Parts: sequence; structure tokens; C-alpha cells
Amino acid sequence: MVFKILKRFSRRILRNIFGSKDNIKLGFYGPPNAGKTMLANRICKDWTGEEIGAVSGIPHETRHVQFKEKVEIKYKGKSLTFKIVDTPGIATKIDYENFLKFGLKKKEAKKRAKEATQGIIDSIKWLDDVDAVIIVLDSCENPYSQVNITIIGNLVARKIPVLIVANKIDLKRANVKKVSAAFPEYEVVGVSAKEGTNMEEFYEYVFKLAKKV
Amino acid sequence: MIKKKVKMKKIQKVKKLKGLSLHILPFSEVQDLGIAQRVKKILSLVLGNKIVILHGKLRAEEEARLIEDTMALVDHVKNFQGIELAVIGSDSRQENFVNKVRFGLANRLIGDSRALTVIGPASIIKEIRRDPKKLELMLS
Repeated sequence: MVFKILKRFSRRILRNIFGSKDNIKLGFYGPPNAGKTMLANRICKDWTGEEIGAVSGIPHETRHVQFKEKVEIKYKGKSLTFKIVDTPGIATKIDYENFLKFGLKKKEAKKRAKEATQGIIDSIKWLDDVDAVIIVLDSCENPYSQVNITIIGNLVARKIPVLIVANKIDLKRANVKKVSAAFPEYEVVGVSAKEGTNMEEFYEYVFKLAKKV
Repeated sequence: MIKKKVKMKKIQKVKKLKGLSLHILPFSEVQDLGIAQRVKKILSLVLGNKIVILHGKLRAEEEARLIEDTMALVDHVKNFQGIELAVIGSDSRQENFVNKVRFGLANRLIGDSRALTVIGPASIIKEIRRDPKKLELMLS
């Protein structure tokens, strides 16, 4: 852990000396079904024309870490290049029976559960390799979940800059203020990745986040 | 007849709660253990269908390790669905500088004695509703 922090610190110093902030590894973290892939797709489509992965209403749709290299984002005449790292949602429990409710067959559900457990392990391992993180939360859900706190705690311990996105603001139950109140030390921006709402402000925050790397 | 039914329902409810077991774990019992051993101890209790109440809190990397090891077990232990986890404690952001230093030092020595960590099997705890200052355990 100490070695990894030192490695990150030295990488940051080199970046600052040579003034290069290109190819920042930008991780997308959060609980399942918060819209991480939907947001990553929106960004990738905006700037590369291609999506990063499939989305669905069934939890744990993303079960492998997905990448998109060289995503160049432009904002107010400046441009930055990112490597987008879309991770599987982190959870503390997986029950294959929950997937049956979504119409999956028992065999499929068990396979999905098995892959999802490995996906969670991979997500946690990737915490050591990202430069900055966007935590995507569902603004309709209670933000005081231990998984959210654990993810943020780990990023703070690793000194990785964080931006919190309160997604799904197009829904009536969305409550961005509750998300902001839960994490007063962090910048929170509300978006709808599905509708593309408030993406301009989101990109402004992404540039601010990149400055902290 | 109706009274009998109500009585039966009450008995059934009591029966459902018969297997609930709480294990209070003082921080002193885990403070000398390394991260892997600490997580192993907690998970062995949870696998025994116990709800563990740890006096203190785990460090962020220990919580992450707990989730990783839990997922590895879900894959290998039949009928184990994972855990529910929640921490309740004082908010250090609201402390003044002197208290932060004092409690920071104490936390390093004996764990955060003002915090409680609840860890239980997901098959028993359906959900832990967490508000900043209270925990509510919803049992299956």
C-alpha cells in the first residue's frame, strides 16, 4: 500500500515536471445499476463516436473492467486525453436468485452471479491503477450506503482525486441535494447520462478533477 | 379461534428469530492481527451465521479486503450470498483540531472506540438502513 502511494506520488511529480497530463486513467466506480457504463458510453460517444459497453436494467450488466483508450475531451478551447476505465459495480452481496426476477434462467443467473463476484474483485484491484475517479451514484437511492463510503475511503487513502456524479436526474425521485449533503467534502454534479442532461457542467468538473491529478 | 391464530403467528415470529446470534467483538481481540487475519476472523464468524458487532471500525483498505474476500467466498461456499456491512460513529469532520489529534492518536492505538461496525450474513440481514446517526437492521 505504501509502495503504491509512493509510486502514484512519483508519477504525479513527473507529470507536473514535464507538464504532460495526457492519457489520464479515469476510473468509473460505484454501486451496481447507478449508470456507470451509461455515463462512460455518453462520454465515449460524444468524443469518439463509439460506446464502451452494453447497458441494461439488470444489475451487474458490466462484469469485466472495460476500457476506451485515447478519449480526447475538449472544453473551452482546452483538450485532455483520458483512458476511460469502466468498472463493474461494487456490492457486498450477490444472490443469483435476484437475477431470476429479471427473467434470466437459473443457469444464466448463476453464471452472471459468478462473473459478478469476480468483477467486484477486479474493480477493487483496479483502485491501485487509476489516476482519478468518477463515482457514479443513483440520485434516487439513499447515498449513505457503506459501499459508497468504502469506495471513497479507499480513494482518500490512496490520494486519488474524486468527483461524485449524481446520475438519473431525469427521474422524479432524484435528489442531488441529498447526495451533496452525504458527501460535503466532495464536488457533486447532477447529470442524466441517459438523456445527456447537464453534460457541459460535468465536463467542466472533469477538467477541474484532471487538474488535481 | 382468531385468538389462537394470533397466538400461532406470535409463536412463528419468535421461532423465526430463534437462530439470531450476535457476536460482540472488542477491538482488543483483533488489534494485533494483520489485515488478512482480521478479515478472516470476521468472515469465519459471519460464516457461522453470526452478526458481528465490532467495537471500533476497520480501515478503508480492510473494508475493501473484506469485500474482496467475501466475493471469493460467495464463489466457493454453498448458500453464502455475501455480507451486509455498516459503520456508525462520530463524524471526525466536525471535530476541532485538538480532538482530531487526540482521537487520531487513540484510533491508531486502540481503534476508533466511538465507532461500531456491524457485519452480518446477507442471508440473515436483508438490509442495513444507514442514516448518518443511526443504523436500522432489516432481517430476512
